[in-house]
Amino acid sequence: MNNIPANRFRGARMENISKVYRMGDQQVRALAGVSAVFEPGSFWAVMGPSGSGKSTMLNLLGCLDRPTDGRYILGGRDVSVLDDDELSDIRLKHLGFIFQSFNLIPQLTVEENIQLPLYYLGWSPDRSTDRARELAEMVGLGDRLGHRPTELSGGQQQRVAIARALANDPTVLLADEPTGNLDTATGEEIMGLLAELNQQGKTIIMVTHDRDVAAHARQCLILRDGAVERIEGGVH
Amino acid sequence: MRQSRFFRDIQLGVKNLMLHKLRSFLTTLGVVFGVGSVIAMLAVGEGAGRQALEEIRKLGSHNIIVSAMKPVEETGSRNVRIFRSIYGLLYEDARRVRESFPAVRQIVPVKVVRKEGRLGKRSLELRVVGTTSDWFQLVRRPLIAGRAFSRLDTEKRANVMVLTEYGARRLLATKATIGEFLRVGGDYFEVIGIVRSESGVGGSIQTPDRQIDAYIPLSVARERFGDVFTQRTSGSFTSERVELHQLIVEVKTLEDVEPTAAAIETMLARFHKKKDYRISVPLALLRQAEATKRTFNIVLGSIAGISLLVGGIGIMNIMLASVTERTREIGIRRAIGAKRRQIVAQFLIETVVLSMVGGGIGIGIGILIPWLITRFAGMPTVVTASSLALSVGISMCVGLVFGIYPALRAARLDPIEALRHE
Ligand SMILES: Nc1ncnc2c1ncn2[C@@H]1O[C@H](COP(=O)(O)OP(=O)(O)OP(=O)(O)O)[C@@H](O)[C@H]1O
Ligand SMILES: [Mg+2]
Repeated sequence: MNNIPANRFRGARMENISKVYRMGDQQVRALAGVSAVFEPGSFWAVMGPSGSGKSTMLNLLGCLDRPTDGRYILGGRDVSVLDDDELSDIRLKHLGFIFQSFNLIPQLTVEENIQLPLYYLGWSPDRSTDRARELAEMVGLGDRLGHRPTELSGGQQQRVAIARALANDPTVLLADEPTGNLDTATGEEIMGLLAELNQQGKTIIMVTHDRDVAAHARQCLILRDGAVERIEGGVH
Repeated sequence: MRQSRFFRDIQLGVKNLMLHKLRSFLTTLGVVFGVGSVIAMLAVGEGAGRQALEEIRKLGSHNIIVSAMKPVEETGSRNVRIFRSIYGLLYEDARRVRESFPAVRQIVPVKVVRKEGRLGKRSLELRVVGTTSDWFQLVRRPLIAGRAFSRLDTEKRANVMVLTEYGARRLLATKATIGEFLRVGGDYFEVIGIVRSESGVGGSIQTPDRQIDAYIPLSVARERFGDVFTQRTSGSFTSERVELHQLIVEVKTLEDVEPTAAAIETMLARFHKKKDYRISVPLALLRQAEATKRTFNIVLGSIAGISLLVGGIGIMNIMLASVTERTREIGIRRAIGAKRRQIVAQFLIETVVLSMVGGGIGIGIGILIPWLITRFAGMPTVVTASSLALSVGISMCVGLVFGIYPALRAARLDPIEALRHE
């Protein structure tokens, strides 16, 4: 799989990625030569002890940061060499984020939050309204379009966040502890939703501490001290 | 499409600002008062300036005014019981000026006598002005009734008189104005015309005519009243011999004004032993007044500029706080794919909206204050279109200048850090 030329590979592929944080003369090696292939349509859980580099890896996968070393192929392009504007563009067109703390914009309504990526994509208001309705319907919040995030439960907020992450029809959906702020039952619902999305063909990479949550994924990548310790395939 | 997008951006900015209505309102106050004071101050300055310029213009920009002046050394010795002074302009001076300078279009001699005018039981202290028929052309006060006296009246030494509207009202009251005979000294003058008088006392600069003027031909004034004017005050006599009190010289072109004034000065100095005359050039006063007005505007402009600066700093301060407060939002937008410049635009639009709204309210205040000043203090004010345009431009610039730094701060935030922000 590693042999497919970069320009024809449609998933996400990390090649010997390193990330070093420099703080004064102190150096922290968050990732040390990580290689991983995330096939299109796969569902990954990234696990590992605290400080092992999970979030760092997800940020790199999400083009929010650039690796110190190595190549990162996404959507058929080496994105590790791109500048800030180009990375923004990759995020806008190819990626969707789901956060532990939902990260909805409090002054915007549910509908406006879902429309946010479409606004930056330059969609017309009419088209993005239709799309937002459709997505809200899909996550089961079709009747809450005019509400503010603070008027929703945690689970509902995370559903809005998922709808927003799907608005641009991303190549890869990235989730950092998506159930971390939710109770077990609600967490299960959210995981069910993600599994369903994966069934429909969405590539999902999810960081989690929780074995039960990870069980929803089809593959598991375990990090330790910034390196891949092992890969568990198909937990199902 | 692009336009509607821009409109949406503005809507979003307004929406964000409306989340903190009081804070946004307080933030704009600096610009409100800044812009308000710019317009109000410029309006007051412009009004005062125009009034001064108007008064000078009444004297005539093409004119040179030579006035008789009592020499300094001869005034005020109280121990002399009979005091006689001879000074002022001479009939000869008028002739010499007329004949020596080709640049002179006309010259109007003025002789002033203070006399009481009587009509029946009514009386009025008049300033009897003996002059030529050219006077009426020079001063340009419209005739309300009758006619001005002519060259023929001067030649015939006719006892005719032109009153001002004010004088006519006071003396003739309800009677038919024209054709009445007014007694001045021992003589009767027929009222042949009435000119409009300048209402009010006027400002610092005298206009050549007054409300209490009564115009008669110079030849008549000379014959009836002579050149000696005697006054009895607290036991002592003051006697003055003055041939002419004023010469108003009109030159042909603006370029002639200053050289001719200088030449007249030189010429008079040759024939007058004492400095008993004064030359004033309205054009020079006009230039001076314009320069003063410019300085005034610069001073006012600086004061207003400082208040706008303070207003701008206020906006910047609030926007910096707002950026910190919304760090997380910025992180979210960046993660979703917003480019740096889109974040810059978002915050810049908010500051520009703030400052423009402030500017708008400021314009309202800036128009209201001069109106109140004119209404209740009677001072003339002029709100010029250029001061309004200036204010709109300035408030937009204030928004841009003081908004750019907070906006750049927002855009430079690292998305990961911003997302982690509490
Ligand atoms: N911005 C940063 N500056 C310096 N060091 C950092 C930075 N971000 C992460 N690190 C360090 O990199 C290492 C990996 O951090 P990371 O956040 O990826 O861990 P994690 O696996 O997500 O941990 P957790 O499970 O606690 O979230 C840690 O030692 C952390 O201290
Ligand atoms: Mg983490």
